[in-house]
Amino acid sequence: MIHQYKLNGYNIVLDVNSGSVHLVDEAAYDIIALYGKKNADEIAAQITEKYDNITADEVYEVLDDIKSLKEQGKLFSEDKYLPLAQELQNRPTVLKALCLHIAHDCNLACKYCFAGEGEYCGDRSLMSFEVGKKALDYLIEHSGTRKNLEVDFFGGEPLMNFEVVKQLVEYARGREKECGKNFRFTLTTNGVLLDEEIMDFANREMHNVVLSIDGRKETNDRMRVSRNGKGSYDLILPKFLEMAEKRGQKDYYIRGTYTHYNTDFSNDILHLADLGFKQLAMEPVVASMDADYALKEEDLPVLCEQYEKLAVEMLKRHRGGNGFNFFHYMIDLTGGPCIYKRVAGCGVGTEYMAVTPWGDFYPCHQFVGDPKYLMGNVDDGVTNLDVCNEFKRCNVYAREECNDCFARLFCSGGCAANAYHSTGSVTGIYKLGCELHRKRIECAIMLNAAISIDNENQ
Amino acid sequence: MKRIQTVQTRDLAESAKKGGCGECQTSCQSACKTSCGIANQQCEKSKK
Repeated sequence: MIHQYKLNGYNIVLDVNSGSVHLVDEAAYDIIALYGKKNADEIAAQITEKYDNITADEVYEVLDDIKSLKEQGKLFSEDKYLPLAQELQNRPTVLKALCLHIAHDCNLACKYCFAGEGEYCGDRSLMSFEVGKKALDYLIEHSGTRKNLEVDFFGGEPLMNFEVVKQLVEYARGREKECGKNFRFTLTTNGVLLDEEIMDFANREMHNVVLSIDGRKETNDRMRVSRNGKGSYDLILPKFLEMAEKRGQKDYYIRGTYTHYNTDFSNDILHLADLGFKQLAMEPVVASMDADYALKEEDLPVLCEQYEKLAVEMLKRHRGGNGFNFFHYMIDLTGGPCIYKRVAGCGVGTEYMAVTPWGDFYPCHQFVGDPKYLMGNVDDGVTNLDVCNEFKRCNVYAREECNDCFARLFCSGGCAANAYHSTGSVTGIYKLGCELHRKRIECAIMLNAAISIDNENQ
Repeated sequence: MKRIQTVQTRDLAESAKKGGCGECQTSCQSACKTSCGIANQQCEKSKK
């Protein structure tokens, strides 16, 4: 299976199953599209009639090149990965990451919060050290031979329970050596409580920090407000600027959310880049369809256009020596994940779980509060094996609609939580999300292929 | 090849032979939290 598209002056051919990317000229682009559908003489006749700059002999040469790439498994390669999915399904999984809901409480009241202003349909609550410690112990015990363990301090707003964050980091560090493990911590924060002490702590202990801000002041302050309705931009921006500098402009993400109200979100990303941030992420809002700020089907054309605009601008800035990273465009063409990872998916409910302040396990943070997906708790472990097995089957082959999608090995079938919330099934398809993801993948490939070729030509 | 330029990429079929160590980052632990960015992860073995 191949996918052909044109973007920013590049004619791009992705060979889906091998992951190969080819940049071709106009004639070759058409020849590849005709390959296997017409015979060589018919293709030569059609192409030479359309293009002045190619002879029949040259068309035959291109056809030979295509045949050669096919033989090398770089074009029209077959999908041979179904047995891997079955193998992965039968494998015992090890837990490698936890999302600790340190605080189901928040000092902001962002209007789009999927956590219901931090409370996740429950009461305000803070995780105790005891519960957190049990969760870390459970992770260590169930992580098999895996060395690197990831723990995200999440909320609500985790800094509302900073003392416990510090205690848990200290506890985990104290156990690393005896267990042969290496903890990689992440802190996701709205920034309200960030101060010098916390920044220093985070820079010492956190592998990554995710700092939430939506972009331009008017965008951010429309949604990210305090409980009395005041925008948070002026309060958090100086702290985030300081934090990013203190981290040497790496190992952090400035992470925003865009909604129906800022479908021109590329301007928000560029605003943040213009402020000097180098690591940026921006996600489409997760919302029920009846929310006024939810993205609508009719927003799609403009959203896709925005992703293209962003990619084109990023390439321009990269070439000008003023580049920045955008999470969804960070595709390492040579050092990306292996096929096992691409087939298996994100690990929700199998390798990864979320832990509530009172110690309940859920498949991930987006399922927290849904009784159907309660998996167990820190005292009894995972007791709801049906949920675990449901997610084990949740791989790239679980959804029929993915079979003819070029992006399937870039998203493994998509986010199970998004699918569940939009269709009622974790193996459903969140169509709007798929459209956006396909566009992002196209842009990411263009950007990275262009940079790769630039480097080769230097 | 004059008209086709192949970009250097990781051969996914080849990665089946030595892949699957499971040491890579859980994708949702990174920036996204609301989408499945598998391809945005780096292979732990090829980290630069």
